[in-house]
Amino acid sequence: MGGAEASRAFIEAAEPEHPSLLDPTHRLGALFGVVNIPNVIWIDEEGVIVRPPEPGWPGPTVYPESFMKRMADRMRDEAAAAEAGAELSKRPNLAKLLSGGQDRNTYADALRDWARLGADSAFVMTPDEVVAASQPRPAERSAAAAHFELATYLWALDDRQAAVAHFNEAHRLQPDNWTYKRQAWSLVGRERVSGELGMFTQVPLPGEEADWPFTSNFDADVSRLELGEYYPRTM
Amino acid sequence: MILDTLDIDADAFTAGTGWVIKPEGACKGDVCVPLPNGFSVAETADRLGMALVAGPLHGVWALGPESIGSRSLITAQAPDVELIDLDGTSFRLSSLRGQKVVIVSWAPY
Repeated sequence: MGGAEASRAFIEAAEPEHPSLLDPTHRLGALFGVVNIPNVIWIDEEGVIVRPPEPGWPGPTVYPESFMKRMADRMRDEAAAAEAGAELSKRPNLAKLLSGGQDRNTYADALRDWARLGADSAFVMTPDEVVAASQPRPAERSAAAAHFELATYLWALDDRQAAVAHFNEAHRLQPDNWTYKRQAWSLVGRERVSGELGMFTQVPLPGEEADWPFTSNFDADVSRLELGEYYPRTM
Repeated sequence: MILDTLDIDADAFTAGTGWVIKPEGACKGDVCVPLPNGFSVAETADRLGMALVAGPLHGVWALGPESIGSRSLITAQAPDVELIDLDGTSFRLSSLRGQKVVIVSWAPY
């Protein structure tokens, strides 16, 4: 939803040789079942998906310094809570949650294996396996997608009150869709924190909690997760 | 997909949902769902398990994706999708047919 201007600096810095496309209404969520980022889909020469959306990385993740500081602060708070015997202590910490999913060091090797071996690669899934491994899609997830798209449309029209209600409904209907949540939280976060990292502010600032329009936020939701729920390991 | 009328034709429905309206029904990849009364948004959405949510103040509806299978993908055949690049130029996934494709989703939000 940030549009071309939110993406331009990253794309121009990376100078990719491949197409870099914008997906402001989260079409990849509706069509493929992308529910978090980064997510990777493998499609063969015949247009057949051989791995459905899954977390994937080109290598070890390097987070911005300010994010690392927030993680460190949070880990310190969690350690203090553990010492006090709080319920939080039983949860995996944020650093562990965010480093879940695939092995960052070997995911790209799996892709190279497929590039070389094609259908003979051990990482290729059968069509039935691909369908079964794609995200669940009960009726309420169709409704979540409709509410989310309506919210993006209303936000662009500046009808914020209606947009927020539809964002919150999408979040309620599909609580494990992180792109629906992080997109919405970021729209408000980037208004409150200037600079290029404002878009990653997905929690209310201290003192502004009462003014946060959404039913949840990144820190609150992540604190309820078990290991593997944010980035499942699929490989 | 966002609709400003429920009176759209089959081509517009296909562009927004990836479902193609054929004589045998609404089809995606190798899956077809019969439409005994022909195509209309309301009935086709109902048969495909697509939520239709109204935004009455603005005269629009949002149509969610199908939910007739238990999964997001009802076939491994990749749906086509058309998106624009930084300059506004359209690009279709199907234009890459014949080569391996890796779609990486990321977000600066």
